[in-house]
Amino acid sequence: MADLTRRKVLAGGLPLLGAGAAALHGAVPHRHPWEDEARAAEPHAGHGGHAAFRDGRTVDHAANGFHPHEILRDFDWGASRRLASGRVLREWEIVAVDKEIEVAPGVRFAAWTFNGRIPGPTLRAREGDRMRVTLVNASSHPHTMHFHGIHPADMDGVPGLGAGEIPPGGRTVYEFDAAPAGLHLYHCHVRPLAEHIAKGLHGAFIVDPRDGREDADELVMVMNGFDTNFDRANEVYAANTIGFAYMDPPIAVARDELVRIYLVNVLEYDLVNSFHLHGNLFQYFPTGTGAQPAEFTDTVMLCQGQRGILEWRFPTAGRFMFHAHQSEFTELGWQGFFEVS
Amino acid sequence: MEARTATGDDLHGRVPAWVLGVVPLLLIVAAVGVFAAVGGPGLGERRGPPVEELAVERTVLEPGVIELTVRNDGPDPVRVAQAQVNDAYAQFTGADAPIGRLESATVRIRRPWVEGEAYEVVLLTSSGGTIAHEIPVAVATPEADASFFGLLAMLGIYVGVIPVALGMLWLPWVRRVPPAGLRMLMALTVGLLAFLGIDATLEGFELAGEGSQAFGGAALVLVGAAVSFLLLSGVSEWLSARRTGAPAGTLALLVATGIGLHNLGEGVAIGSAYAVGALALGAFLVVGFAIHNTTEGLAIVAPFARGSPSLGRLAALGLIAGAPAVLGAWIGAAAFNASLAAFLFGFGAGAIAQVVVQLAPSLRDDGGRLWHPAAVAGVLVGMAVMFATGLLVSV
Repeated sequence: MADLTRRKVLAGGLPLLGAGAAALHGAVPHRHPWEDEARAAEPHAGHGGHAAFRDGRTVDHAANGFHPHEILRDFDWGASRRLASGRVLREWEIVAVDKEIEVAPGVRFAAWTFNGRIPGPTLRAREGDRMRVTLVNASSHPHTMHFHGIHPADMDGVPGLGAGEIPPGGRTVYEFDAAPAGLHLYHCHVRPLAEHIAKGLHGAFIVDPRDGREDADELVMVMNGFDTNFDRANEVYAANTIGFAYMDPPIAVARDELVRIYLVNVLEYDLVNSFHLHGNLFQYFPTGTGAQPAEFTDTVMLCQGQRGILEWRFPTAGRFMFHAHQSEFTELGWQGFFEVS
Repeated sequence: MEARTATGDDLHGRVPAWVLGVVPLLLIVAAVGVFAAVGGPGLGERRGPPVEELAVERTVLEPGVIELTVRNDGPDPVRVAQAQVNDAYAQFTGADAPIGRLESATVRIRRPWVEGEAYEVVLLTSSGGTIAHEIPVAVATPEADASFFGLLAMLGIYVGVIPVALGMLWLPWVRRVPPAGLRMLMALTVGLLAFLGIDATLEGFELAGEGSQAFGGAALVLVGAAVSFLLLSGVSEWLSARRTGAPAGTLALLVATGIGLHNLGEGVAIGSAYAVGALALGAFLVVGFAIHNTTEGLAIVAPFARGSPSLGRLAALGLIAGAPAVLGAWIGAAAFNASLAAFLFGFGAGAIAQVVVQLAPSLRDDGGRLWHPAAVAGVLVGMAVMFATGLLVSV
């Protein structure tokens, strides 16, 4: 079963950097140093090694239809064309669809998604661009797309305003200017709110400054979790949905190259979430709206809806961990590695 | 009308009786077969998602490992996908295949644990459901070797055999008690037994709540009680038919058997409590049981007030009443199963109820009254004694 999964991943033709490495990594019998430590520590097994899903397995990404390593660097600029006025119009069609997702190996969850993936596509525009987002509701529940940012009231994507709730089979267009420059998010705003957000209807929304940002290896991490038993507490935590996905294989980054993370917290049922980097500190730009970093730190705390941009360079090669600094979240899936080379 | 009746009689005359008995059974089998073959016409699948229920039957703690034996007592198969201990995913082996209805599986979870701390183990199923199991106080499960069984045997002797034997030393006194006092003594015995019976029933219900409900839950206690009550009733009828002259010996044997079956359940409770570290093996416990169970010895010898039993017979009665505690302790420590323990407690309670029924006639006074003041007082004092001494040994 596990082999079949890996073959499917290979056949899926996912980006070389992440998934190819994942498949190779999984296909070749190997051992990690920390596993040896764990074995050496028997009978006190578990002191060595990290928390992980059973037998270090992961989910069937191909069946899920998305791969967390792919989502990391997947920025959706939409279909663009220049208007007569000289402005750029960007158009997207987002389809809300009910979909069963394997949120932890062997654990299936009846999710609600934008475009069949969680988080939804990372929508990206340049400050001042005209955005035209068509929401098609192919799900069996009413939904909306509520964007954070500056827009007219009737484009707010909440029930009772503008198009209001979009019923199953319905569609609507949200149109507004991309503003302000920074990192935002979008999510469904239909009641019960917690359910609509936590089941998967959320995504990142980036507005680049007019003059752009410094070249960097850019990554998107949407911190979320899943309440699989409906007790309003999460059974699994992650950045980009799949717990432990960046442990094995790690995220490959280059030494001395600027790393920029667009970090968004949409976690439901817990008051806060956080991001902690090992072996380094980062410049932190809350909401990505300012040119000057607010802090040089290795840990930031975000409540739901908070987001920020993180920038740093790794001066040395090696493996550096990152995780939520709520140890519970860490050991329930929200941790990963950077592999610097 | 008459012709049909005649045909019926004819039929009855020709066909052997057993065939007539079997025909309805065959029809039921055929009907069920046809119904299943055509896929239960008119009935759809059950509505809703699968019902996933696992009862944890046994918890074993070894250094670095928490082992749970679970039984599926729900209607649908359960696939254990992941395991968490105290809100952290943990590696485990076992339960690779879905666990079918009433099947059991053992999961060995690798997790360093600290003695005396509490742990919550959560099994995450394929549908995202969780089965939580609390370990209130982590203590290493003792290894079931010879010294372990020896220790439990000693424990059983301490709490079962010795106190009962001590209580039987009241025999010389019992034999000098005048008839009115003897009736009160028998009433006291009934009171002691009644308390034990109620206690065993309640403990049985409590255990039944912990065990797998698929096996009947609380019904197990009542079934156990009915089984032992009927068995002992049959045995007592048989004994009294054989030796009409010695009702005292029969009564004493019945009392000893009833108490023995009760002590079996008590032994299971003690053994399992010891195995999970919930029982402190202190002098206090042993002294408490000695006082508590000594009264059981009195109950056994009370019927001998006017008889003259041999020493060998007394020893045998003492062993019948006390030794099951040893067996119970072994069962409880080595193979504890809440459903089985509930059944055994019910079994003990039924036996005691039967003994009370047997003893009741001996309470009657010369006028044939059952509930004369001495009898009422005796029963109440007996219950009070058991209640008070029971406070010393709440396991």
